Amino acid sequence: MHMATVLTINGETKSFDAPPEMPLLWVLRDVLGMTGTKFGCGIAQCGACTVHVDGKAVRSCVLPVSAVANRAITTIEHVGSTPAGAKVQKAWLDAEVIQCGYCQSGQIMAAAALLAATPSPDDSDIDAAMAGNICRCGTYVRIREAIKQAASGRQS
Amino acid sequence: MIADKTLPDVSRRSLLTGGLATGFLLAFHLPLRAAVNEPEQPRDTTDGKFAPNAFIRIEDTGRTVLIMPQVEMGQGIYTSISMILAEELDADWAKVAVLHAPPNDQLYANPAFGLQATGGSTSIRAWWKPLRAAGASARAMLVQAAATQWQVEPASCTASKGEVMHAASGRKLGYGELALAAQAKTPPKDVPLKDPKDFVIIGQPLKRLDTPDKVNGKAVYGIDAILPGMKIAAIANCPVFGGKVGKVDDSAAVKIPGVRKVVVLEDTVAVIGDHMWAAKKGLDALKIEWNEGPNAKLSTNDIWQHLRAASAKDGVVAKSVGDIVKGLASGDRFEASFELPFLAHASMEPINATVHVRPDVCEIWTGTQIMTRVQSEAAKAAGLPVDKVIVNQHLLGGGFGRKLEPDMVVAAVKIAKQVDYPVKVIWTREEDIQHDVYRPVYRDQVTASLVDGKVAAWKYKVAGSAVLARWLPPAFQKGIDIDAVDAAVDAPYDFANFHVEYVRAEPPAVPTGFWRGVGPNNNVFAVECAMDELARKAGKDPVEFRRSMLTKNPRMLAVLNLAAEKSGWGQPLPPRVGRGVCVQPSFASFLATVVEAEIDDIGEIVLRRITSVVDTGIAVNPDTVKAQIEGGLVFGLTAALYGEITIEKGRVQQSNFHDYRMMRINEMPKIEVIVVKSGEAPGGIGEAGVNAGPPALRNAIYAATGVALRRLPIDRKLLAAGKKA
Repeated sequence: MHMATVLTINGETKSFDAPPEMPLLWVLRDVLGMTGTKFGCGIAQCGACTVHVDGKAVRSCVLPVSAVANRAITTIEHVGSTPAGAKVQKAWLDAEVIQCGYCQSGQIMAAAALLAATPSPDDSDIDAAMAGNICRCGTYVRIREAIKQAASGRQS
Repeated sequence: MIADKTLPDVSRRSLLTGGLATGFLLAFHLPLRAAVNEPEQPRDTTDGKFAPNAFIRIEDTGRTVLIMPQVEMGQGIYTSISMILAEELDADWAKVAVLHAPPNDQLYANPAFGLQATGGSTSIRAWWKPLRAAGASARAMLVQAAATQWQVEPASCTASKGEVMHAASGRKLGYGELALAAQAKTPPKDVPLKDPKDFVIIGQPLKRLDTPDKVNGKAVYGIDAILPGMKIAAIANCPVFGGKVGKVDDSAAVKIPGVRKVVVLEDTVAVIGDHMWAAKKGLDALKIEWNEGPNAKLSTNDIWQHLRAASAKDGVVAKSVGDIVKGLASGDRFEASFELPFLAHASMEPINATVHVRPDVCEIWTGTQIMTRVQSEAAKAAGLPVDKVIVNQHLLGGGFGRKLEPDMVVAAVKIAKQVDYPVKVIWTREEDIQHDVYRPVYRDQVTASLVDGKVAAWKYKVAGSAVLARWLPPAFQKGIDIDAVDAAVDAPYDFANFHVEYVRAEPPAVPTGFWRGVGPNNNVFAVECAMDELARKAGKDPVEFRRSMLTKNPRMLAVLNLAAEKSGWGQPLPPRVGRGVCVQPSFASFLATVVEAEIDDIGEIVLRRITSVVDTGIAVNPDTVKAQIEGGLVFGLTAALYGEITIEKGRVQQSNFHDYRMMRINEMPKIEVIVVKSGEAPGGIGEAGVNAGPPALRNAIYAATGVALRRLPIDRKLLAAGKKA
């Protein structure tokens, strides 16, 4: 009863069988074996599952695959090939943001989408873009600093 | 694995009684390649390598693989442990790679516990000397090998950055070139350790080894394990504590495409599917009747009544100095009780375990803080000998004490026993929150007297769970849980008459365990809140009041003075803005923290600024120390602002991040952490910030509003404009 679903993920065409209402998160993780995108809450409350759809940050845990056919999906595995993503990854390492790292795929995806849309974000832009992403290790102060570094190109 | 010949004996007793008790921290790194769905992690073999002890493997290329007895949950321990080993080894840091140790208490038991556990801010303290000795011994063997080859005295050689040099002749050899010859040498005993002034790695803010793979999705956590033929299971645990499965109607569930099997255990039902979505849909389609058992009417109110009754009783004396009865008989009397709620851990990586039970072997893929206990408990569940259980450790997406328990692995083994393929069991966030092993409820009572503006007598009684009695029974002696009273018996102040009691009070039905910050979470909160109230009663500034009783505690006094200076203590503030201070001994570290907060007219709280000064002795990696304080503060403040698990009808009422809230980036103030230079032995750091946040914030609220909160989480209703305590 499943129809073959075709998605464009990280520039590649992927074809698989899945029910149309199945969230993209589980397609990525359990069908395609792309585990960089994380499960955190399942109800779009924590942001661990954030991916880009046509460049915008979305929560893949509540996003049915049927809604993203013919859209360009980018995940953490590929975000480094975008200019904003590469800057964010570098700033994250320069500022040594990461602790356990489990939420950071989602944090980086959210930050990359922010910088792509708003190259010089102020604190309120950062709050608006990043408040949907929970970090239990409490790396928030460094996330803010790293976003500013990525925007300005300066080193920590 | 060769037997370790160089590891000095470390007294577990000395650590357990040395004021650090048992806190627990949390941890990560994978072997550089440890994942199942990544190139396979190389096994730890000693073939063709220099393998002087259980922690060091130098290959002929010079690649230096260091084996990690502690697990990485985010606290940076893989990097810090590597730095300690590399320092005394004089390794080339660029050639260092790390590998997680297999379960083996004989080789890798945490000296603080006698088992392979990561927690309680013990990792650096417990391993500091043994790992330095291991590195120094290995270095001596490499030097001997070079000296033999050159036919010179070992003492005429030096080592640096992975090479042995003979200055007189200008010769040098890399550790890789010396590996085979060094392997033939006997590990020397009692090799002198470096003078700390000669450290070149320890004390540097080196970049972490684990983070590069965490920015691109390559890092592999337990939940990321993928095996050939693996299926995914979602579970429902009985919603009532202690209840059992009654009847299960799976007729609708098994018709869902992708559902493979329904497994019914005593208190859990699992649906195995091709993917998590099918498993979850299958679970939703089950009709389960639970036998709710004797706790079906239990509520949080019942538990508080039980705890308050227990705390009215006399406790076991944990410490007594001077004459408490006489001391309390004079002066100005103060009494207060402080209450802390149940808390869930909510690590970002939900609870999971992947298990493949074969006829002769049980293999596990997970991220745990307690490797050997997972192995032994899984063996019982699988009905196999311990040596037939393989545990593949992974990075932990947070641990915070939850993963000091093996329950999730035991349940996964029971599920996997029902099928012949590997099963990854994933708990939904709802299961994770509602079936945790909770931070206990605590009630701490302070009775004190003031004479001449100082505390003349201090009687302190803790009532709450003895987590240690369950988790490490040998450490529970004479009825005293040394974790629950840790920061009470170690109160930093000079109190002439000082008395601490402990009442063991296990909450009905609710399982309790370690939670980041551990026992000091309750003590530091109550001690520092009471000190602020006493300061006000004495008409003193809170910092000045504390200073007057810290004259015999110079390290604590120094961090307090610096924190006061850096935070602008005493400078004027707008109305309804306050500063609050907390000082605390913390796992052999010393911390002073000032929180500045504003309370608006409806009682909502805005954090403005946090300043924390820490003397942790030698900071192995000062940037990691800062990060642990920053993150710990967020963890503790989150609990103060939001954290409470409540129970009605035997069920946990919270379920996910909408009703078990976390601080978010928009709520964050600036945090300044200052790490004081020190030559003292390293202290623990993972718990400290957690303990600091709640009392410092509560005292800021007290300063801003006059309301003396005595419970957490903070009740905003008490803080609206016009309210007074």
